Amino acid sequence: MTDLSLYVLDIVQNSIAAGAARIDISLLREGRRLVFRVDDDGRGMSAEMCAKALDPFTTTRSTRRVGLGLPFLKLAAEQTGGTLELKSELGKGTSLSAEFDAEHIDMPPFGDFAGTVFALIQGSPDIRFVIKRQNDNREYTLDTDELLEQLGGEVPLNEPEVLAWISDFVNEQELRVVSYEL
Amino acid sequence: MKSLEELKAIRERTRGQMNLRKEDGPDNTRIVVGMATCGIAAGAKPVLSAAVDQVGRRKLDHVVVTQTGCIGMCMYEPIVEIYVPGQEKVTYVKMTPERMEKIVAEHIVNGQIVGEYTIGANE
Ligand SMILES: Nc1ncnc2c1ncn2[C@@H]1O[C@H](COP(=O)(O)OP(=O)(O)OP(=O)(O)O)[C@@H](O)[C@H]1O
Ligand SMILES: [Mg+2]
Repeated sequence: MTDLSLYVLDIVQNSIAAGAARIDISLLREGRRLVFRVDDDGRGMSAEMCAKALDPFTTTRSTRRVGLGLPFLKLAAEQTGGTLELKSELGKGTSLSAEFDAEHIDMPPFGDFAGTVFALIQGSPDIRFVIKRQNDNREYTLDTDELLEQLGGEVPLNEPEVLAWISDFVNEQELRVVSYEL
Repeated sequence: MKSLEELKAIRERTRGQMNLRKEDGPDNTRIVVGMATCGIAAGAKPVLSAAVDQVGRRKLDHVVVTQTGCIGMCMYEPIVEIYVPGQEKVTYVKMTPERMEKIVAEHIVNGQIVGEYTIGANE
């Protein structure tokens, strides 16, 4: 993966595959520390599966023998001196937290986060996504339930004009929260 | 700044058209983009947005864009499958946004399979 936004897209696919109805995604930066968190209410994993999932020879998929998503993210976090924590409970859901040192030379670039949000909502318009971004004291939230309220149940989130609005919104907010770093 | 109010305007503009589009109607053409780790790492995300963009721009109301997990041929990623009703599935490999545009124009709009991008031509 070449950037953090791609890791986010990939890791959230696991929550979608686990049948989650609500997925909370947050990317919070404070000083050098950047924490990427995902909480879902999908089917979860046993403690044993959870421990194994970080090992690159584990997967429940049938088309390929090894799962790559979690081991890739773990490696990326650890290469910056950070950590990956995975907690899960069968039937309840899963929480993942990856911590990065954002100023480390091996920190992946942030990438196209609007494209990630676009792809997630396009693929799963019936899941409630609550996305929170924070950069020191600037932040924004995108809650798809709030969007649906405006759309009055008449227009789905995967309507092209709605997706375009979402991607413009995220791009604008990203510019606002990161601009002072330049 | 984008405001939530704008969504209300989108709602007014598009709600009339919603009934015309049946998400999983049997007459729909489907563009399926592989979005597992291997696909994403190989560049599936811009391919997906190109597909959605082309379908929206050309107002192809009978075409739906969906995502799937691993198609099982990681070295050919990004992979896109096209399902036209009554025809055999066509698998396109090593996709890029430019290839996606061409496939929408030639395969979906004009009914001509783009032979050079199919899995058969790349094996
Ligand atoms: N949020 C989650 N909820 C439930 N199970 C999960 C979750 N995340 C991961 N898993 C389990 O851990 C396994 C490994 O995940 P990982 O992302 O590493 O590989 P994969 O999704 O199987 O394949 P790939 O990501 O390479 O396409 C998954 O197959 C799944 O069984
Ligand atoms: Mg995965």
